[in-house]
Amino acid sequence: MANSAVGVIFSNVHDENIPELSRHRTMASIPYGGRYRLIDFTLSNMVNAGITTVGVVTKYNYQSLIDHLGSGKDWDLARKDGGIILLPPYSDETDAPYTNRLEALKGITGFLNHRNEDYVVISDCDGIAHIDYAAILAYHEEKNADITMIYHEEEGPVDSGYFITLTAGDDGRVTGLKINPRIKAKAKSNVYMNMMILNREFLIDIIQDAVTRGLTSFGKDILSKNVDTLKIYGYKFEGYYAGIDSLQKYYQHSMELLDKNVRDELFGARDIYTKVRDSAPSKYFDGAQVKDSLISDGCFIEGTVENCILFRGVKVGKGSVVRNSIIMQDTVIGSGVQLDCVITDKNVVIRDKRHLAGCEDLPYFVAKGRML
Amino acid sequence: MQRKKECVAMLLAGGQGSRLYALTNNIAKPAVAFGGKYRIIDFPLSNCINSGIDTVGVLTQYEPLELNEYIGNGQPWDLDRSFGGVHILSPYQAKKKSSWFEGTANAIYQNMAFMKKYNPDYILILSGDHIYKMDYAAMLKAHKATGADCTIAAIEVPMKEASRFGILNTNEDGSIYQFEEKPKQPKSNLASMGIYIFTASKLFKYLTEDDENPNSSKDFGKDVLPAMLNAGEKMYSYRFSGYWKDVGTISSLWEANMDLLGENPAFDVNDPDWKIHSRNPLAPPEYIGDRAVVGNSLISLGCEIGGTVINSVLSSNVVIEEGAEVIDSVLMAGTVVKKGAKVVYSIVDEHTVIESGATVGEDREKNAGIAVLGRNITIGAGASVAGGQILDKDYKGE
Repeated sequence: MANSAVGVIFSNVHDENIPELSRHRTMASIPYGGRYRLIDFTLSNMVNAGITTVGVVTKYNYQSLIDHLGSGKDWDLARKDGGIILLPPYSDETDAPYTNRLEALKGITGFLNHRNEDYVVISDCDGIAHIDYAAILAYHEEKNADITMIYHEEEGPVDSGYFITLTAGDDGRVTGLKINPRIKAKAKSNVYMNMMILNREFLIDIIQDAVTRGLTSFGKDILSKNVDTLKIYGYKFEGYYAGIDSLQKYYQHSMELLDKNVRDELFGARDIYTKVRDSAPSKYFDGAQVKDSLISDGCFIEGTVENCILFRGVKVGKGSVVRNSIIMQDTVIGSGVQLDCVITDKNVVIRDKRHLAGCEDLPYFVAKGRML
Repeated sequence: MQRKKECVAMLLAGGQGSRLYALTNNIAKPAVAFGGKYRIIDFPLSNCINSGIDTVGVLTQYEPLELNEYIGNGQPWDLDRSFGGVHILSPYQAKKKSSWFEGTANAIYQNMAFMKKYNPDYILILSGDHIYKMDYAAMLKAHKATGADCTIAAIEVPMKEASRFGILNTNEDGSIYQFEEKPKQPKSNLASMGIYIFTASKLFKYLTEDDENPNSSKDFGKDVLPAMLNAGEKMYSYRFSGYWKDVGTISSLWEANMDLLGENPAFDVNDPDWKIHSRNPLAPPEYIGDRAVVGNSLISLGCEIGGTVINSVLSSNVVIEEGAEVIDSVLMAGTVVKKGAKVVYSIVDEHTVIESGATVGEDREKNAGIAVLGRNITIGAGASVAGGQILDKDYKGE
């Protein structure tokens, strides 16, 4: 199984769902869980399944992603053969950079052609889950499928601007596909998790075919229209899934990490790799009061922190009270500050005695580098 | 043109560290954990790369397995180079003779070929026993400026402790006129830090002579340095005034860990201008629970804290269950302190489990000493380990 698949990660898809955090970065490089970026979960799932070649499709805003991935060594993907391969938009004098997923895939056919793995695992970065791709590859092989779509059951309407639901028979064969259907409250639907497995040669063929016929949408033109003719199978994922399709969901799912069961599922069974920064262990001073919080390395805590996620290198000054908040890397919180339901992006400075509050449904967001 | 490195560092990491007792039963002293996420060897290695020295030979002998694995290809210190980088140098079998490293000087002598491969002008000799941040480039600059054949880094120690060290007696310009190894009546309090820069050709000459001398104990401090001084070579001291701590004993290792705590720590590992690099644990951020109390402590990634942690240093993936207390202690990676257990004034090595209700160690004020638990052992429920006790086997408390 080990080297039978190559990974393809779309780093920019769904950026528009969460503009606050993707203004200066890709969806893939949105910070998450104290010391990670969203792509770390996707990449680690692939690496843990023995995948050693991963193409990362980018379009814009990808400086932070390049900085994060580096040579790929932190994911054990600095390889002579394969490893992490960044795939920025490719266009020549006749083509503009891609505007949809099909064009993006067309742009990477060179990459796909040069590989010799049988399968391609394609994933976006908007979902956090412990996915066992090795098991799903085995399922894909066993079903002799053209495409295996990974989905989970969700209750009520879906926030995402673009999503696909599917129905599958008892044998797993997908029998129907809907794009952006209206879902009633409390209704259950099978929502596609933007992760799929395809046979590599088959993928190259359908891309070529789609291009010659001027098709534009992978979902509408390929999947939806060919449910009957293609062997599309669904793989139901039963574990914990955090779909990040709005700032509110980002906040809600981040806070779920304070639940030990969620942490055990995401981090307990295997390793999540990320870029290392060589920060020192976090320092808790006399008088610090920390409760029910996740704290990354390199933090200095003198005040009160409750029900929070602190990223690397955060400073919380004396007499400050930070509650229900997500504080990103190198944010400096002065003394006497009060924060409640606040998300600060990287390198924010909150000066002494400032009070900021949002609410759980609408966390107060402070953009990268702001000084308040 | 022959490729070369101006300065090659040789790090003596073969010491057993017998005064660390249970902590070095199966690992070499430089591999002992320190400061939450570090190991002792991270400090000289980080100093090297931060000083622009990217070629380091690490001489191992005693229980090298874990140390070798830790150093690996040197990538965490940016020492994975195609020319240079970090190399583990173990004793080897040679055509004429083969032997263990017989002393510090002999260890370097046996690896002459390694150094010569880089055609160096200078050799920096380091040991893997100390916690400190030092710019070796500044020392090398001083070595060149004085035109010395050997420069010895030196630090002032309290006069009453001077007889524990190699003492340098120097002239006003820093040149050394006498070298005394652990003198009973020290003339000065300027102690050698065991950090030497040699002009390479001189080092090779004196090491060769030392090897041929049947009366030599093959030691830098006892043999090579006095021989150079007697022969009239130019030897200078290089004053260092920062934090420098030998962590070769249980109490000094404990103290050095405690020196990291507080608002103005005696030693700061979080210095953006002098990062201490290390192999990082793959672990999520630490979780501090609802009923946890954490004060004046360093906590590392992957810890789960449910109880109380005061004045302590915790390495990665340590679990402190609700109602457990850890005070004035150093807990290494993966240790577990279960409900209601209490650990006071202790050092606990990796993956040791303290079952519920057990107590380890006694309050500092009682002067019973530091309790030490070796790695991978279990202290049974309700058992009591006295202050100053050293255990390296499971203990049920009968």
